[in-house]
Amino acid sequence: MDIVRNQQKEKMHPHKFTLWVAIGSLIMMFAGLTSAFIVKSNQANWKPVTLPTVFWVSTGVMLLSSLTIQLALRSFKDREMNKYRMLIGLTVLLGIAFIVFQWMGFQQLWAQQITFKGSGGGQFLYVIFGLHALHVAGGLIALAVIFLKGFFGKTKNYSAVPVEVAATYWHFVDALWIYLLVFFMILGKN
Amino acid sequence: MSETSTLHAGAVGHHDDHGHGHHEQSFISKYIFSMDHKTIGKQFLITGIVWAIIGGLFSVLFRLQLGYPDQTFPILETFFGHWAKGGQIQPEFYYGLVTIHGTVLVFFVLTAGLSGTFANLLIPLQIGARDMASPFMNMLSYWFFFLAGIVMLSSIFVHTGPASGGWTMYPPLSALRQAGDGQKIGTDLWLIAMALFIVSSLLGGLNYISTILNMRTKGMSMTRLPLPIWAMFFTAVLGVLSFPVLLSGAILLLFDRNLGTSFYLSDIVVNGEILPNEGGSAILYQHLFWFLGHPEVYIILLPAMGMVSEILSVSARKPIFGYMAMLGSMFAIAILAFLVWAHHMFVTGLNPFLGSVFVLLTLLIAVPSAIKVFNWLTTLWRGNIRFTPAALFAIGFVSLFISGGLTGIFLGNSTIDIHLHDTMFVVAHFHIVMGVASFFGMFAGVYHWFPKMFGRYMNNTLAYIHFWVTMAGAYLIFWPMHYQGLAGVPRRYLDKKGWVSFNQFADLDKMITVVSIIVFAVQLMFVFNFFYSIYKGRKVTTTNPWEANTLEWTTPINPGHGNWVGEIPEVHRWPYDYAKDGRDFIPQTEPVGANESKH
Repeated sequence: MDIVRNQQKEKMHPHKFTLWVAIGSLIMMFAGLTSAFIVKSNQANWKPVTLPTVFWVSTGVMLLSSLTIQLALRSFKDREMNKYRMLIGLTVLLGIAFIVFQWMGFQQLWAQQITFKGSGGGQFLYVIFGLHALHVAGGLIALAVIFLKGFFGKTKNYSAVPVEVAATYWHFVDALWIYLLVFFMILGKN
Repeated sequence: MSETSTLHAGAVGHHDDHGHGHHEQSFISKYIFSMDHKTIGKQFLITGIVWAIIGGLFSVLFRLQLGYPDQTFPILETFFGHWAKGGQIQPEFYYGLVTIHGTVLVFFVLTAGLSGTFANLLIPLQIGARDMASPFMNMLSYWFFFLAGIVMLSSIFVHTGPASGGWTMYPPLSALRQAGDGQKIGTDLWLIAMALFIVSSLLGGLNYISTILNMRTKGMSMTRLPLPIWAMFFTAVLGVLSFPVLLSGAILLLFDRNLGTSFYLSDIVVNGEILPNEGGSAILYQHLFWFLGHPEVYIILLPAMGMVSEILSVSARKPIFGYMAMLGSMFAIAILAFLVWAHHMFVTGLNPFLGSVFVLLTLLIAVPSAIKVFNWLTTLWRGNIRFTPAALFAIGFVSLFISGGLTGIFLGNSTIDIHLHDTMFVVAHFHIVMGVASFFGMFAGVYHWFPKMFGRYMNNTLAYIHFWVTMAGAYLIFWPMHYQGLAGVPRRYLDKKGWVSFNQFADLDKMITVVSIIVFAVQLMFVFNFFYSIYKGRKVTTTNPWEANTLEWTTPINPGHGNWVGEIPEVHRWPYDYAKDGRDFIPQTEPVGANESKH
């Protein structure tokens, strides 16, 4: 028996709980950055930024991937392993596509002469969206590990916890992205 | 995760020969990449001790400069080469020493060395768990800390020297490579080391919170938790919520340094060169930094407070006075910690109205602090005190916390702060209340739980010498600094000879330097005592040497991975039933009797 789990069967699994605390921690980091943005945007010499439309494409991709991972989790619990593998694989591909679209958005901004020079909305965008993309990439590594485990017999004990943890994290980076998008749409322009 | 469960299954499965079960592990998995919380705690402690020696040595070196600015010490040139040309500490080296001393002691010793050690050691043992929620993450936490240390250490040996912008690393100085040698690669390495350190703290903190909330043994309700555990809990919450903000500030600083952004930079001229940066705000960094920086004070203090509460109760053979008040005051401190950061920034052009709000919130901290102090004193009051070294250090903590806390009321007033900011008064204040006091908490913890860690006692005679010299020394070093600060002596200055009015302090500075060398030597004696006792100390012959109530003393003298042989004990009462119903102490595991009075 896993001693991490004994005598607390009624409670949330510690790994899931740990993830929720970690999410609180990550929220603080992005709250720090977006409040720095607000403080700076009220000072002199602020340069606004308009989001390239490609970020809407990445938003669609991100939302879709949230759906696929939720379906993957459900098929895992229903023990439909083939469907599960396909959906996890799809989520990984969508995650990669999201990062590619983000990169395209950065390139379009760069082409508009919004470089690292200065400290306006564009520079904050590079830092904040870049950091978000890093967190998506981190999630991708976790998903890739789970995806591979789906082929090599580790799922025989049918513990859904790792998949649940990954899915929750993935929904979190999705929600975080929506927050950042809305934030930049409303506050980035002025 | 599956690896950890295998390991646990191993630890739990060997009930019969539990004490021998860990013999199967190799040296590397037992002592190096260990996932046993007790071993990880020891790793944090020993690494912290190494860093404390380095950080302490650095303070002795810059004290030499402050006490004897005209004298040459040829031996320094032998060791430090061009950093101490002609036997005198060079300005860049001096600033490097000050910066690394501050960084190392605040983060590596009093954060990682203190809560890393005791949160790891005590949480599973005192709540009745076999290990942390995620032993693997716990191991990672130590190794990120170790890596951070390696990077920080290497920055001392690069040609242009370590970071020298002060431990707060304020831009624009820290953001400009052109500004000086210490702002070159040394500062990059400093930032990388801190990023690794933050990752380590977060991994540790997440684990502590999950473990305390999810893995308590049967009967261990939250209000039956020993106070060190509550303190570690609040500490972890503070760390998890404030360190990420420092990380975001550091990321912006890295961009400014390496990619040409201007988040913190505007209209700068360095050595006649006009820089293109525009639109940045150096104050923005201070807000991000102190949003961590102030909670960091309590990240350092709370674990010490928790351990002192426990040790005072055990040593006084009395229940802790006001358990719920202790919890309430720790909670209040944790909340207020997030609402006072701008009191570090009264003189940055902060709106005076905003300043007065921060004054109010800062002074409010005096209320929970006073509650704690009175509770400690009432716990000791008419107690049958056993003056063990741990008890002395715990009492010393209370003394230092009062002395240093009172000067905080001065500094928390924005009007007085106009005169006192960036003077030696500030140095005296935070060294007493946060530095030395937390060290006392740490020493108390080491002396008290050493038998649990190593199955042996430390030498008492050396411990008493250690206490008395450190106690007297701490006051001799830092008390005079208040007067220097009131007279306007600035902190961080290499040489004050240019100011006639400060010449009166020349002899005082010599005295401080001499005392600090003596105190440092006594700390080396403590280190000797520590390592000597690991191998040669008197052996512990009973599982409960201090006659304490908490669960860690129900484990075998040298517990294996998994802590308890057989079932984890069940808890029936709070941990402070001392001197109750005619009995000296009643362990938490003992069921409540039919006629027993309520505490």
